[in-house]
Amino acid sequence: MRKVMIGNHALSYGAKISRAQVIPAYPITPQTEVVELLSEMCANGEMDAKFIKVESEHSAMTASIGASATGARVFTATSAQGLALMHEVLHWAVGARTPIVMGNINRAMAPPWTIWTEQTDSLAQRDTGWMQLYAQNSQEVLDSVIQAYKVAEAVQIPAMVILAAFVLSHTSEAVELPEQGKVDEFLPPYEPEYRIDPANPHAFGGLTGPDGYFELRYQIQKAIEDSLPKWDEVGREFGELFGRKYGLIETYKVEDAKNLIISSATLASTARTAVDALREKGEKVGLLRIRVFRPFPSAQIRSILSSVDRAVVVDRNISFGASGIFYQEVKAAVYNEKNPPPIFGVIAGIGGRDVTKKDIIDIYEDIMRMDEPKSDIIWKGVRL
Amino acid sequence: MKTEVVKKYLRLEKMPTVWCPGCGNGIILGSLLRAFELRGRSKDDIVLISGIGCSGRTPGYVDVHTLHTTHGRAIAFATGVKMMMPKMSVIVVMGDGDCTAIGGNHFIHAARRNLDITAIVYNNGIYGMTGGQVSPTTPYEAYATTAPYGQMEAPFDIVELALGAGASYVARSSVNDVPKLDEIIMKGIRNDGFSVIDVITPCPIVFGRYNNLTADPMKNLEWIRETTIPKSKAAKMSEEELRGKWITGIFRDREKPGLINLYLDLEERLSKPGSGEDKGEEA
Repeated sequence: MRKVMIGNHALSYGAKISRAQVIPAYPITPQTEVVELLSEMCANGEMDAKFIKVESEHSAMTASIGASATGARVFTATSAQGLALMHEVLHWAVGARTPIVMGNINRAMAPPWTIWTEQTDSLAQRDTGWMQLYAQNSQEVLDSVIQAYKVAEAVQIPAMVILAAFVLSHTSEAVELPEQGKVDEFLPPYEPEYRIDPANPHAFGGLTGPDGYFELRYQIQKAIEDSLPKWDEVGREFGELFGRKYGLIETYKVEDAKNLIISSATLASTARTAVDALREKGEKVGLLRIRVFRPFPSAQIRSILSSVDRAVVVDRNISFGASGIFYQEVKAAVYNEKNPPPIFGVIAGIGGRDVTKKDIIDIYEDIMRMDEPKSDIIWKGVRL
Repeated sequence: MKTEVVKKYLRLEKMPTVWCPGCGNGIILGSLLRAFELRGRSKDDIVLISGIGCSGRTPGYVDVHTLHTTHGRAIAFATGVKMMMPKMSVIVVMGDGDCTAIGGNHFIHAARRNLDITAIVYNNGIYGMTGGQVSPTTPYEAYATTAPYGQMEAPFDIVELALGAGASYVARSSVNDVPKLDEIIMKGIRNDGFSVIDVITPCPIVFGRYNNLTADPMKNLEWIRETTIPKSKAAKMSEEELRGKWITGIFRDREKPGLINLYLDLEERLSKPGSGEDKGEEA
């Protein structure tokens, strides 16, 4: 069944069709519609789930961890300041190995107060251990929630499905709603190995000294590494069942490409149209969209970059004092290669400033005129 | 007092406000500005601090020192400002969700410590800016976007909460009684300790449409008139009659030194010869 919905509702339907059982949430612009629809569906019986109205995002994540520890499938959603407020317990969710799936609507951080899109909020959580997936359209948002549960529950690591504020969260698209029966087949009920169970009591979160903590962290890293092939495998299986295939990365016209534009989320959608326009001008250019950011698909990126002459990463985020965050990670991935191509880092669209097809074309043409990257940041569109 | 005086305190170039038609926030702002005038001191020694939500937009319109801070944390920001600028009048404006949900802990601790600031709560019983989710003061069984079948949780009574936690000045009014509102805000600013002013105000566009089935400003004000009862009248009413009503008036106005003043006094005492460590040396 096809249904017209905004990106936020694609998250809600994703949670519904994945049969989430508990939803603790707190309102924040531009996430609000996600939980409004879920609270309605919990209340009217469309979903067999409990909705918890908490007093802050910190409590939303904490209640999510508690619910997940009982063996329930948990969903929540937030944005920017709300995600930052959750920070302490984002680490906890990973350490406690609770495979929660959370929607995050990418919004720039304050001050000054703003509500428009930028990726720094979620990327600032990159070291918590949460898996992160950046979606480019509402169909992918919905499909990714289902896939995220499958991967998260397999490796016992929580996952974030991330979308751009307003550009995606508040725009309407026709979205194919997968059949419930087929989703149930793809995503069976969550059966954790350990849970709060009076018949089989366990102690969770107890004090652990240097003799045990190290190994627990090693196991988290192994689990996230194990999720790398899992994301591709689950994306392929999803494609076989539903006709839409996904992977860690997505490539567009890279087969004969000499030069590469690398980006993520909705910026990558815009870049795709720029690639078409540049191809018409005779440029041998392709697009690499990084869909899963954690775990970082280094091997896939190395393989694509091995056959190009130069690449430009367009980041809608910044690590102050360093550079664009996707740029850092891409560069690090190829550093030990024999002859890595020069990689240019562009920062654009900060705080929701529009990035158009023409901007991407300009970025590409500018870097083609340069001999080599002179600094880690090329600013696009900043008014000085 | 003439409405004209408020212009002295407004950033007129920021008008009109973002507030919806029929919103009570402008009425509270008017009372606050008249209280500034009644206070009889320069506007340069006022710091106005807000959190997030519709109330959070207030400082943007007021021509004093202003800080627009994070959701629920206005009181914590204010604590830092007041500690380093004890002579300033520090006023915090918050919404009900801002003050009693995400910021609830700061609120009760400011009351316990009797922090020398004035906290004004724009209490409309709902998260207005994000589109009408339940807040901790949403009345029992009222409707909201996250309570499509009615709120089944009990609400906070901000006055009871502030009294129980130790604030030295606690009052409630509604936007329907503007002279009273002017008076209780002015008295709150004059009180040295933690002054809590709970203002019952309409949100016609969200709360009104969901619960009174109308966004008509007058009908929503009428609803507030029916649900607020002055303290003197309430004393003669039964518990049953008072269910779901807000009692208005001044509930506590006590002289009790505030936290920052106590701290400064202690600092002064210890800095005098023969006090504190000096005594220790003598012994």
